[in-house]
Amino acid sequence: MISQLSWKVGGQQGEGIESTGEIFSMAMNRMGYHLYSYRHFSSRIKGGHTNNKIRVSTTPMRAISDDLDILVAFDQETIDFNAHELREGGIIIADAKFNPKLPDGLKPVRFFTVPLTEIADELGTSLMKNMVSIGASSAILGIPVESYRAIVEDMFLRKGEKVVEKNMEAIRRGFDFVNELTGGQLPEFQMEKAEPQKQLFMIGNDAIALGAIAAGCRFMPAYPITPASEVMEYLIKKLPKLGGTVIQTEDEIAAITMAIGANYAGARSLTASAGPGLSLMMEAIGLAGITETPVVIVNTQRGGPSTGMPTKIEQSDVNAMIYGTHGDIPKVVITPSTVEECFYDAVEAFNIAEEYQLPVILMTDLTLSLGKQTVAPFDYNKVEIRRGKLLAGQELPEKEQNDLFKRYEVTEDGVSPRVIPGQKYGLHHVTGVEHDETGRPSENAANRIQQMDKRMRKLEGVLKTFKNPVTVDAPHADADVLVVGINSTIGTIQEAKGRLEKEGIKVNHAQIRLLHPFPTEQIKALMDKAKKVVVVEHNIQAQVANLIKQHVGSAEKIESVLKYDGNPFLPKEIYAEVKELVKHGDYERVSK
Amino acid sequence: MATMKEFRNNVKPNWCPGCGDFSIQAAIQRAAANVGLEPENLAVISGIGCSGRISGYINCYGFHGIHGRSLPIAQGVKMANRELTVIAAGGDGDGFAIGMGHTVHAIRRNMNITYIVMDNQIYGLTKGQTSPRSATGFVTKSTPQGSIESSITPVELALSVGATFVAQSFSSDLKGLTELIERGIKHEGFSLINVFSPCVTYNKVNTYDWFKENIVPVETIEGYDPHDRIKAMSTSMKYNGLITGLIYQNTEQKPYEALVKGFKEEGLAKQDIRLSQEDFDKLVAEFA
Repeated sequence: MISQLSWKVGGQQGEGIESTGEIFSMAMNRMGYHLYSYRHFSSRIKGGHTNNKIRVSTTPMRAISDDLDILVAFDQETIDFNAHELREGGIIIADAKFNPKLPDGLKPVRFFTVPLTEIADELGTSLMKNMVSIGASSAILGIPVESYRAIVEDMFLRKGEKVVEKNMEAIRRGFDFVNELTGGQLPEFQMEKAEPQKQLFMIGNDAIALGAIAAGCRFMPAYPITPASEVMEYLIKKLPKLGGTVIQTEDEIAAITMAIGANYAGARSLTASAGPGLSLMMEAIGLAGITETPVVIVNTQRGGPSTGMPTKIEQSDVNAMIYGTHGDIPKVVITPSTVEECFYDAVEAFNIAEEYQLPVILMTDLTLSLGKQTVAPFDYNKVEIRRGKLLAGQELPEKEQNDLFKRYEVTEDGVSPRVIPGQKYGLHHVTGVEHDETGRPSENAANRIQQMDKRMRKLEGVLKTFKNPVTVDAPHADADVLVVGINSTIGTIQEAKGRLEKEGIKVNHAQIRLLHPFPTEQIKALMDKAKKVVVVEHNIQAQVANLIKQHVGSAEKIESVLKYDGNPFLPKEIYAEVKELVKHGDYERVSK
Repeated sequence: MATMKEFRNNVKPNWCPGCGDFSIQAAIQRAAANVGLEPENLAVISGIGCSGRISGYINCYGFHGIHGRSLPIAQGVKMANRELTVIAAGGDGDGFAIGMGHTVHAIRRNMNITYIVMDNQIYGLTKGQTSPRSATGFVTKSTPQGSIESSITPVELALSVGATFVAQSFSSDLKGLTELIERGIKHEGFSLINVFSPCVTYNKVNTYDWFKENIVPVETIEGYDPHDRIKAMSTSMKYNGLITGLIYQNTEQKPYEALVKGFKEEGLAKQDIRLSQEDFDKLVAEFA
């Protein structure tokens, strides 16, 4: 019996690889297993190798595994490309149709040729080969065929009882075929039973979209882009039922400026994009900064620069998000690490945007945005809506015609009262030109300093009030090493940490959740408790490490583990590099 | 009901004496009063350039944004609160150069907003460079040998992308312009009003006199029917785009907001944004 295993299905894009993984995972999720998945895909619709790697475990896991237990292959390319990941004694289930061959130089693996397509054809459609492969896998794992009934009904009942039965039959035939081959005798692949529990199975982008709805966002202008489009697609389905809508704009500039217009007029609104879109939005983000208009922008980082690697992970927008737009503006950058944080941070992004009247960038990375994983159900009682000094809906004191509302009143916390168009006695001007307290253009030197200081002062409030700016797992008062990361690397670092601890290396872990303004105090306190600091990130310039050096100092203590080949870190990579750095501290060796 | 005076404020425009933009400002103020608006229910969203300052010269909710983006900001305002009257305004560079993409798509989208282009056929604030509205051969600082590009004809451009209201006017004709803005505001959908607004400082070709000599009001064309799109197109082509008046109107097409399913008459900004626990549970259940 095993408590966790790694399963991968691969084939040509457009062949239903994704839905095979989806059905398999949904069934596992309902049985109470914890799941973490990663999709390898390319920027094309049909053709090209794609695969979906799914980790199944009886305890929560937030990283893909180093190796693979079972590989389901719909073509030879899948075997050639992925078989080396299999552990010794791992299993390949290959469709007999393509006459599969094992490549040279593999560790000993078990090789099952199963007539996946043939069985599906016998049942009426070759499309069902996916179901046959699920049945075949289930025979190995000891998962009863009937476990899939609820999922299959959810998916196909609207097409009729017959379709449900056909699909169930496909699963059964796959199961029976493999069961006969193995004689049901593969105890080292039988999964321990999981505690049945209610959990959600979703991607980070879903959680962000759901968070936006919970936060009261009812309008989203956006332009499609990988890997952000799911936020828009979810809201297109849901917002009309809640009186709102999504507009697919002509470009990202229209998306951000429309969102700014909507927020100015009092409706919570967000847009979502990735690097190329964010680059286009920068001027408008500056407008939101100087006009103190709340706006939430989701940036799902992918491989840059330019078009870069649209379907691959990278964390190389750190500098651009913090420093982007010309001039000085107050801006907040939040970097959730888990699907759960995506949900709660989306809500907080709206609250902070309105409380402090500034642009908030909610930044994920591709792995977090698209990797489907199980999460504990969200607690709606924890969802607060805070709109700060917004006076919408209130009667304002009477004013003379030319006595404008002081929308940019200089205050101690830098936040001024805010009214929205339609409010009597609230008239004021809004401009991206430097302005006075009523919004009228002014280049007066003293006014400039007052307004600039007031705007930037808001960041002090953000730093003071942001809850948990760093996710900390730091049990050691005197650690050998502090490992720091952002976004999706949290689980991988945790797993590496577990292995290092077993070898007696004392590891503390900090995952940065508020990237800007930078939580200097919290990071410094953690650094003080460690002999060495290793920053793990997906970019070549060590952007997060440099940020820490800039804010905290102690450059001599800081080392980097960098990966920018488009693939997410594996636990063994972080384990090996951190171990080496703790031993030798040789940066050159590690970064090659 | 507010009078024209209530749409005035005490800011002195920084336009040159004689600039065509003054009468556009006055026409907006008059039209707003004539259609019965209150200052707080009017939002004027403007771009960048001499003309872009107009949102600060009218007593209303004014938003002076970034170059070329008045239209998406205005559309965002409209989506957030469709009860507001929204006017976008800017120059020909703003609308037909840097913001051209938005112009075309805002016309297609057909939200119930009015877009006034203050068209002086030159870049004024940057001191006299060519514009997409400058005629071929037009000599400016950036085209010392004369422009070798062809110019955009706003009427034809708008008609070709499905505009439901296209008008053109001349800033000397305050009465006619005011009337057109009123009709644009009342039009249920996107209204484009391109206004010839002479730049007295940098454009020595397209002057007040030049326009007076060259423009043809469509009212003077026998049998002109502003509901005939083909006629509108051919008439514009015949007179090199120099026609004024209500060129085309389609009253059948519903505005964008009216076509969005489930979109309420009450502005989004006024609605309760808190989701019920029941609705939240339903959304979450789909992921279980």
